[in-house]
Amino acid sequence: MTGAEILIDALKKEGVDVMFGYPGGVVIPIFDVLNRTREIRFILTRHEQGATHAADGYARATGKVGVCLVTSGPGATNTVTGIANAQLDSIPIVVISGQVRSPVIGTDAFQEADVVGLTRSICKHNYLVQNIEELPRIIKEAFHIASTGRPGPVSLDIPADIINASLKNYMYPKTVDLVGYKPTLKGNARQIERLAHAIANAKRPLLYTGGGIISSNASPELVKFINKTNIPVVITLMGLGSVPADHQLFLGMPGMHGRVAANYALMQCDLLVAVGTRFDDRVTGNLQTFAKQAIVAHVDIDPAEISKNVKTDIPVVGDAKNVLAELIQKVAARKPDEWNKTVNEWKTKHPLAYKQEKDGPIVPQYVIDRISHLMKDDAILVTDVGQHQMWSALFLRHRQPRSFLSSGGLGTMGFGLPAAMGAAMAFPKRQVIDISGDGSIQMNIQELATCAVNRIPVKIVVLNNGYLGMVRQWQQLFWKENYASTCLRQGPQCPPQCKGPGKKCKGVYWPDFVKVAEANGLLGLRAEKPSDVDKVLKQGFKTKGPVLMEFVVKSMENVYPMVPAGKSINEIITGDA
Amino acid sequence: MEDKHTIIITVANRVGVLARITGLLSARGYNIESIIAAPTENPDIYKVHLVVHGTDEKVEQVAKQLNKLVDTIKIQDISHKRNYIVREFILIKVNAGNARSEIFELVDVFRAKVVDVTKNHIIIDLSGPSHKIERFIELLRPYGIHEFVRSGKVAVSEN
Repeated sequence: MTGAEILIDALKKEGVDVMFGYPGGVVIPIFDVLNRTREIRFILTRHEQGATHAADGYARATGKVGVCLVTSGPGATNTVTGIANAQLDSIPIVVISGQVRSPVIGTDAFQEADVVGLTRSICKHNYLVQNIEELPRIIKEAFHIASTGRPGPVSLDIPADIINASLKNYMYPKTVDLVGYKPTLKGNARQIERLAHAIANAKRPLLYTGGGIISSNASPELVKFINKTNIPVVITLMGLGSVPADHQLFLGMPGMHGRVAANYALMQCDLLVAVGTRFDDRVTGNLQTFAKQAIVAHVDIDPAEISKNVKTDIPVVGDAKNVLAELIQKVAARKPDEWNKTVNEWKTKHPLAYKQEKDGPIVPQYVIDRISHLMKDDAILVTDVGQHQMWSALFLRHRQPRSFLSSGGLGTMGFGLPAAMGAAMAFPKRQVIDISGDGSIQMNIQELATCAVNRIPVKIVVLNNGYLGMVRQWQQLFWKENYASTCLRQGPQCPPQCKGPGKKCKGVYWPDFVKVAEANGLLGLRAEKPSDVDKVLKQGFKTKGPVLMEFVVKSMENVYPMVPAGKSINEIITGDA
Repeated sequence: MEDKHTIIITVANRVGVLARITGLLSARGYNIESIIAAPTENPDIYKVHLVVHGTDEKVEQVAKQLNKLVDTIKIQDISHKRNYIVREFILIKVNAGNARSEIFELVDVFRAKVVDVTKNHIIIDLSGPSHKIERFIELLRPYGIHEFVRSGKVAVSEN
């Protein structure tokens, strides 16, 4: 069998049913085999970055490994952002790239790039295949490493001569043998005992959970645990949906754009039980003041996360699902008490709010609120990065895990559309909605054509405020309204120091998203006033195939609550809403 | 307190493993004082000896990150451990001048070895614990040191 045949056979054995990517010189032999393979559907994206995000979205929605295949040189360098994005959010993907022939590696050959060098610091592990004998083992290891322990991206670079070489006694290995890689899955019994004890003694316990709950499929255990103990819970961007948003113990997302109740609870608790989360600076704010009164317990599968940012008193290294299941056995039931009353008061006193005037411009929160009402119960929501992302996190009523896909760690604009394509390929029967902004959507807008050609029925929502809204918000609040390079409508006709769009605004609406949609073969819809919002959403949702819905929204709306960078998380600006 | 830490990383002998280690250290902002990678009695296993500066907490974090590398089999911070024999090696080129005999005396006292003598300079080699090597350098400095190269530390446990 040739290297190409071995690769495709191995992918089939790993259960790969969809792949995303882009061909090129050195990988033609792989595509030649792939095109004769019925078990794997290949989606040709319009850019390799789109392919990596699509594989990433597929992995987030399913929990399986997402796979993409690209050529050497520029094909591989275009995957770098997607790999880094998967790394920061611990998403299992395998990125396969062709490489120039082994004898010419290092000679600056045509379309040569040092892929292992480029990806080393942004992936969980990477390989440059040196000979065909080791190819089967390496593929097996790549899938194993990507999907076990703390998941992450693995890059697999295969030189052209190995793709074409043949191996006589090909056998795909059943197991891996990696002496240096043995993730700890079961929590230490003594530490779990200590944690149960700490919970029994705590007056103001708080659970703080993240993406680890999603990746270990621990939602049922988490819900069971809070129901038994009545411990309130705050959930990060990466964990949204692991507890239904209407659960009374759910205090909301914490951090920079977190709910007031969530942040107050973090600052006031006397026991903080962190599970599958990493004390990211967007959550903790100023570390010097963060959760100072609390005993900190940290359950994580990655020992390097323990005490990385916040000193941990009770460390439990293990898989969240296993540890929570054990903890449920060991912990005593707890009735709601004073502390529950206090946090609930915070929750009622500081609700999430926005104002939609009947005749005013559409406010973006209103659109998201309406999406939440009109979407199907099992819809998968995908976001890009910026204001719309935070509003989606705050105002959507998250219902189940693996149904809110967002670029958290790297904050990659352009993630949304391709990731939504990946989710839609994984679940053709579920509604997939991509919520984006006019800035983000243009960062991978070429994938509209991919949606149209392959009839991938993503419902795209573009909240068009004419700005790179999140940066503009910072400029408004912290940079004296110097809106430098954040207005997407600014041209040479505008004054250089624009303080925002007034009556005399000379900015030009551009591009026409409805036309962009139509040019790409999608239905394009636009809403310009509040009364259009439901109409457009309903029409878009009931249309078969991909749709782009543009909402022209109030340009100067801000995301609140907000904690300025570096401040304590109880120093919250709640805005005027 | 910032301190020097000696870390021994046992790794699988795989392509690019040293690049992974140094890449990780620089990506996370740690400065390497010295690093040696060399084979061991087992051809599948290499040992990397690493000296970094940092507080105990910071170095513990480095060690954990290094331990996460797929090729890392074991990691030990031996800085606070007594049961290790730690050695370093130096080649030093000193001005010969008219103090030749004094230098030979120092070589004797330190059980160093003269490996080359020319009209202008003497080349000496010495192995030993780092503090002994540093003392030797200090004592030779007045005679004029042309250059020296140090190997960085290697260590083996007494048990």
